[in-house]
Amino acid sequence: MSLMKVFNVAGSAVSAQSQRLNVVASNLANAESVAGPDGQSYKSRQVVFQSQPTPDGGAGVKVASVIEDNAPAKRVYEPGHPMADQTGYLTQSNVNVVEEMVNMISASRSYQNNVEVMNTARQLLQKTLQMGQS
Amino acid sequence: MSASRLTESIDFHGSALLLRAERQKVIAGNIANADTPRFAARDFDFKAALAEATGTRPQGTAAPASQGVATTHAGHIGGGTGGAGRIDSTVQRYRATEQPSLDANNVDLDRERANFADNAVRYEAGLRFINGSVRTLLSAIRGE
Repeated sequence: MSLMKVFNVAGSAVSAQSQRLNVVASNLANAESVAGPDGQSYKSRQVVFQSQPTPDGGAGVKVASVIEDNAPAKRVYEPGHPMADQTGYLTQSNVNVVEEMVNMISASRSYQNNVEVMNTARQLLQKTLQMGQS
Repeated sequence: MSASRLTESIDFHGSALLLRAERQKVIAGNIANADTPRFAARDFDFKAALAEATGTRPQGTAAPASQGVATTHAGHIGGGTGGAGRIDSTVQRYRATEQPSLDANNVDLDRERANFADNAVRYEAGLRFINGSVRTLLSAIRGE
């Protein structure tokens, strides 16, 4: 029954979107993180989605990889900060907060869409189970 | 009147229901991949698939080269007319791009959601047709 497969397809999407949301949360949490003693600051992470065909012709999603953004780190002039270097600059993460907020909204909307797909499939299956009884 | 005539309508709507479920799955795949780069939205020709599954061709179309499957064993289920469950003609095609995007994903989420809702309603309609046929048959059998 193909309607059962809808759960696999939409479920894979919900799982992938929640992983994306997780990465966004991690990025936002570290938006203001400063570089440690090794000079390496937090690098923004992004998920890479990939279509994953199911054996019966459906198209699920998977997170193929999580890549690190190699954009240059933010440099903030803050001479009073204990982690500032000799020139008074602070190295922060390279997270773009605005981009991450957009990412968050997009992930949340896609998540909702797929939950709705599952709800519809569930209702149809329930009605199918009651076929011929009414 | 043979038994197959009695259940002809139910068989037809059963095939249609299977195809609707199949299409629901394909559209769910499109919605699931709304954010996947380089994903091409897909769908299949429901009318042609239903015509093949039920052995009825729309008027003015040529007969497909192979109508039905060969039955070489007594236990084989015959193809031909009314071969319920044959949904091998659900060849998927890619949807045309209407608004190209930078990541080469051509899923139009609004359209897919509309298709999904439309398909769900038609699935329910098919269920009601079957329920109606069953009720009609039962009342004829009971003679109430």
